[in-house]
Amino acid sequence: MARSAETSAAIRASLAVGLAVSAYGVSFGALSVTAGLDIWQTCALSLLMFSGGSQFAVIGILASGGTSAGFAAIASGALLGVRNGLYAMRMAPVVGGRRPRTILAAHWTIDESTAVSTAQPTLEGQRAGFWWTGLIIYVGWNIATLVGALVGDLLGDVSQYGLDAAAAAAFLGLLWPRLKALQPIVVAIGAAVVAAVLTPALPPGIPVLAAALVAVIVGLTNWLGPKDEPTALEELDSGEGVV
Amino acid sequence: MTTWQIIILASIAIFALKLAGYLVPPTLLRKPRPARVANLMTVALLAALIVVQTLASGAQIVLDARVPALIVAAGLLALRMPFIVVVIAAAATAALIRLLT
Repeated sequence: MARSAETSAAIRASLAVGLAVSAYGVSFGALSVTAGLDIWQTCALSLLMFSGGSQFAVIGILASGGTSAGFAAIASGALLGVRNGLYAMRMAPVVGGRRPRTILAAHWTIDESTAVSTAQPTLEGQRAGFWWTGLIIYVGWNIATLVGALVGDLLGDVSQYGLDAAAAAAFLGLLWPRLKALQPIVVAIGAAVVAAVLTPALPPGIPVLAAALVAVIVGLTNWLGPKDEPTALEELDSGEGVV
Repeated sequence: MTTWQIIILASIAIFALKLAGYLVPPTLLRKPRPARVANLMTVALLAALIVVQTLASGAQIVLDARVPALIVAAGLLALRMPFIVVVIAAAATAALIRLLT
C-alpha cells in the first residue's frame, strides 16, 4: 500500500526525534543501576513506567533515601506524570478509540509522541506521527536502558566516574527547554530554594514534594504569568521535551 | 516498601494518569489553570531534584565536585549541545576534579 505524502513526512519526523531521544535511555540505565536498582528493576521501570522524567525522579529519590523514601519516590514520579494526562486529553480525538488500542496509546503518550503528532498538518499525519514516534521510542528507550544498565553494572564504584553529577545534569537537561518565560524561571528558582532549605530538616524525598507547592501557588494565582492564558500544549510547539 | 513495590505502584500511578486523559471529557484542557499548574509542577520538581542531586549528601548540604559539573552542563545546554553530550561532560568534569583533588 502506497503511503501518502503526509504519512511519509510524519514517519520521517518520528524517526529523527525517536532515534535522538532513545539515546537518553543509556544514561537512565546507567544512573538507575548507580542508584541501587538491579538490571531487572531498571528495565522494568522503562518497560512499565515509560516516562523519562518520572523514571529519573524515582531513581533519584531512591538513590538519596533508599526504599524508606518509597512514598516520596512514588509521589514525585506521579506528579511529574500529571502532564502526560494533559497530553492524553489532547491526543484522545486523534488516536483514541476502541479499548485495547486506547490502552496502548495511553502507555505511549509522552512528550515526544504528542509533540510530533501535533506538529503534523493532517489527521492522517497526526495519527502516523503519534504511533511511529511511540513505537520507535518505546523500542529504542528500552534497548538503550538495558545497554546503560549493563554498562553501569560493569563500572562499579560510581562516584569515581562522576555519575552522581551526571544525574544532576540529566535533570537540568530535562528542565532547560521549559525555561523560556519569566514565570517558569521564577518557579524553578523558588522550588530550588525550598528544596535546599528543607533538605537538612526533612527526610529524603520530602523536600522535593514540598517544592512542588511553589508551582501550585504560582500556577493558581498566575503570578508573573502572561496576560493571554497559555494552554497545556504551548510548550510542545517548540518540538522539544523529555520522554 | 520494597524496590519492586515502589516500581509497580509508581508505574500504575503514571499509567492511570495517562489513561485518565483518554477517558475524561476534553473540556479540562481548555481551562488554563490546571494546564498551568501541571506545566509549572514539572518545572518545580525538576528544579528541586537538581538541587538535591547536586548539593545533598544524606541530610546535609555540601559543595563538592558536583557543583562545577552542573555549571559545565548548564554552559553546554546554553550552547544547545545534545542531552547525551551534556550528561557525559558533567560526569567527566566531576570525575576529573575528584582525580586531581
